[in-house]
Formats: sequence, C-alpha cells, structure tokens
Amino acid sequence: MKVLVPIKRVIDYNVKVRVKPDNSNVDLANTKMAINPFCEIAVEEAIRLKEAGVASEVIVVSIGDKSCQEQLRTGLALGADRAIQIDTDESLDSLNIAKLLQKIVEEEQPQLVILGKQAIDSDNNQTGQMLAALTGMPQGTFASKVVVDDDKVNVTREVDGGLQTLALNLPAIVTTDLRLNEPRYASLPNIMKAKRKPLDVKPASEFGLNLSARTKLLSVTPPATRQAGIVVESIDELVEKLKNEAKVIS
Amino acid sequence: MSILVYAEHDNSTLKNETLKTVAAAQAIGGDITLLVAGFQCQSVVDAATKVNGIKQVLVADNAAFEHQLAENVSLLVTELASDYQHILATALTTGKNFMPRVAALLDVTQISDIIAVESADTFVRPIYAGNAIATVQSLDEKKVITVRTTGFDAVATDGQCEAVAISNSNDAGNSSHVSDELTVSERPDLGAASVVISGGRGMQNGENFKLLEGIADKLGAAIGASRAAVDAGFVANDMQVGQTGKIVAPDLYIAVGISGAIQHLAGMKDSKVIVAINKDPEAPIFQVADYGIVADLFDALPELESKL
Repeated sequence: MKVLVPIKRVIDYNVKVRVKPDNSNVDLANTKMAINPFCEIAVEEAIRLKEAGVASEVIVVSIGDKSCQEQLRTGLALGADRAIQIDTDESLDSLNIAKLLQKIVEEEQPQLVILGKQAIDSDNNQTGQMLAALTGMPQGTFASKVVVDDDKVNVTREVDGGLQTLALNLPAIVTTDLRLNEPRYASLPNIMKAKRKPLDVKPASEFGLNLSARTKLLSVTPPATRQAGIVVESIDELVEKLKNEAKVIS
Repeated sequence: MSILVYAEHDNSTLKNETLKTVAAAQAIGGDITLLVAGFQCQSVVDAATKVNGIKQVLVADNAAFEHQLAENVSLLVTELASDYQHILATALTTGKNFMPRVAALLDVTQISDIIAVESADTFVRPIYAGNAIATVQSLDEKKVITVRTTGFDAVATDGQCEAVAISNSNDAGNSSHVSDELTVSERPDLGAASVVISGGRGMQNGENFKLLEGIADKLGAAIGASRAAVDAGFVANDMQVGQTGKIVAPDLYIAVGISGAIQHLAGMKDSKVIVAINKDPEAPIFQVADYGIVADLFDALPELESKL
C-alpha cells in the first residue's frame, strides 16, 4: 500500500524565535530551518512500515516555495521514494493546506496518510483532522502506536487520561505524537542517493481551488516575561516564603 | 449572537475546564448553549445545567457518542452548527481531535488554543511554543475555536437552566473504539489541580517519582513530568507538562530536577508561583522561578516533605 506523508518546513526547534520590532510577525531572516519534528516522526513511521513490508511506496509532499525542497530531500534521504512540492509563495491557512493535500490524496490514492500532529511554528494542530474530514477518512490523532492489520489500522492515541486505542477502516489518517518512534539520521550515501530521487513540482494554482486567506494576522508580540525571583538558601526558608510571602500553602 | 460550547466530559463527570471555555464564550458575548454529547451521561447533564451564564443544555445521549469518536461527534456538531455563529471547544485532547474536522466540514479554518478574546472575530493565541503571541482576526463567517483554559477563569456553577434532549445519532461507521488504558489516580487532575509538582530528567528513574508523592499528598497536588522524563520512560505520557503535553497554570508549580527547556516552560509559565529545585544553578528554570533552591533533589525532597 501507498503511504503519503505531508511535511512542513519550520524554524529549527533549537532556535529561539524573535519577534520583529514592528510586531508584524516573527523574524525568520537567516534562521536555521528544518523539517517539523512531528513530521519527521511521520516520515520515520512510514519508512518503518515500508521496511516491515506493509507499505510499498512512501511519498513525501510539502507546500511552499522552492526552499521546502530542502525538507523534501531530507525526507527522501530518510527513505521516502519520491516527493511532491506544491509550489506557492503564499503562507496558507490550514484549511487551504488541507484542501491542496486532498487533491494529492485524490491523485495518489494512498491507503494511509501520516502527518505530524502539529507544526512547531503555528501550533495549530488541525491540518490532519481537516484532511480527514475533507476526504471522509477516519482519523487516529496523537498516535503513539500504529499497527496495520489487513483493511484496518489500529492506532493507540495519547489522550488526557492515558492511552486510547481505536480501529480505523483504511484508508485512514494518522497524526503523530512524540512517542511514536525515534527518527533515524540520514546517512551520507542516502543523502547522495536522495538527490537523484524524483521530485515533482506542481504549482498550487493548478488545482483550481479558491485559496483566499481565512485569517488575518494583526500583530505578533513577545510574551510577557516573568521576572526571575530569588534563590533561597534552605528548605526552611522556602517553606517560610511559600507560607508567608506567596501565601500558596498553609 | 449564539454560541455553542462543547462540554468536555467522560460520561460521568463534567470537566472543570469546560467552565473556562464558557468564560471564553462569555467574553465573546451572546446566548450560550452547552452541548453534552455522550452515552448514559445523565450526571454530566445534571452538572451542565448548573453552569452559570448558559441559556440551555443540548443533550445528545446516544451509543454513537460513547467514546466521542471524532468521526461521529464532528458530524453531530456540524449538523447543529447552522444555529450558531461561534462554536467553542476546550483545547484538550477531545476538542483538539474533533474540532478541526468540524471546521473543515463547515469550510472554515479553526482558531486554535485562544488565550484571550479581543472581539467577536479577533482572538489572541500563542505561537512558536508560546515564544510569540499572535492576534488573529478570523475572516470566516462562522468561527470554530478551541480554548486554552489557562487564559480564562472558570464560571460559577450555581445556575439553573433547561436540558433539551436531541435525537441525533451520527455514526460515520468507519472507526471504532478498541480499548482505553487510563491512569487511575487518587490525586487531582493535572489540569484542575491548584498545586502541581513535576519531576524531570534529574529524577533519574520512575521509582524516584515516589519522592514527589509524599509532598503531593501533603499539598493535595497533582504530579507532572517534563518531556525528558516521559521520553526516558520514567512515567506515563499523560503526566507530561509542556507545549505538546498538558498546559497548566496552578497557584503553585514545583519543578524538581527540570532544567526548563522552552517546550516545558510553555506548559507552566502562567502558574502563579513557581518553585524550582535543581542542583545546576545555571538551569534556565531559575529564570522563571519565583523561588529557587540550588540543591540535590534527593536531599531536598525528603526535607521538604518533613517540613510541610
């Protein structure tokens, strides 16, 4: 079966983001970019399914300008078979991303679509669920375990109270949580090989969709900073402060 | 304007977080309807009718909603949506799961995890793990919103309103519930506790989390953990506090052996008072702590327990 993995290019998770002085957005100029960590887990899961003989082909897809080809090549170096870039200079809302992905799902007919549960830039946690709704597929979000069993996939999900396991009819959508797997590093020979793997570029305008903005970003500000407090010398002093100064214990 | 708020519950208890989502709905302004979708959930309905500030409770008590599967609940909410301009759910795992599905079915984008309401169409939400705060205007006619509860104070529960049963039974038929592995604990829920004590990588193993239990018992605290401690297998995933785990804002947060990665801080920096216990004086956690103590946690914890 075919597995489709949509991935996003985001700021490297080790880089602390800065807000632009005019509060129009964050400043990503000259910032190190990387594949979104949750998306990397999604790629890894798809490749493991291929290695286990469950998946026959792994396709990575990303939406953005030419720069996201870098992340697609990373996906190919990790073991994906081919890549699709949906080319656009616009920063699209999640719903529009999901609509473009729906078109790719219709073209490619994957049995499983694995996405990261959220991107670490916009923190929306919605594209996978939206794609599931648009394609009419069932969804297993925040997955910590994925087991394909014939025409079903069992997904164990990280939920507030612990873990929940669902059985979904294929084709289905899975979004990854942190504990699903630990992604591998791409080896140098695989990075070289990835350069020769197919990467299709499709202009977003080709899909005949209305991709007009659904939201308007009015401002971006730094968060309120917390003042560092004091260092106490002893547990006695700590307990005294909590009781009499902060008054949070009695 | 009318607003539909989805009640977060487990068929027996209405979660306290719902009261905060109702507060967010009040900040938008309008007639508020609370939807209880579940199965054999009368006790939730009873609690829901006492929530202040709401006009009525809609009750969809049906086997199709027993596990609140996203496929089924999203069909239900979409069916009800025509009567409302705003649809709100709590940004916990249930709401995060089905709400974007509702948004897509209604052809709108979702405004996720709002922490403040500027106006009926403009909302404030953290991005980049809370390292930036965005003010976003929704251009869609209908607003589908999830609410981060640390931004709002719970409404009271001494009200009285009517519960109206609806007969909707939406079964998409493409997913089923297999099993739950829920953590059973006598302690308060992480999201609702007024005191939280969390352990990090410095705890060294799961066994050492027992050192937190005595203190938690004395303070009536919930026990949390950093991602490092969960990833290392010390404790279960549902204890993770942080950007991708639980977001908490208790009166008192005690971070033990937690260095203070930005992803962890994003989950607890709105706590009223933060205490850090760490043997590394350079640990970033001390930059957000009101009270820090540089000490070996294996000495500090037993002493703290004995002195509370």
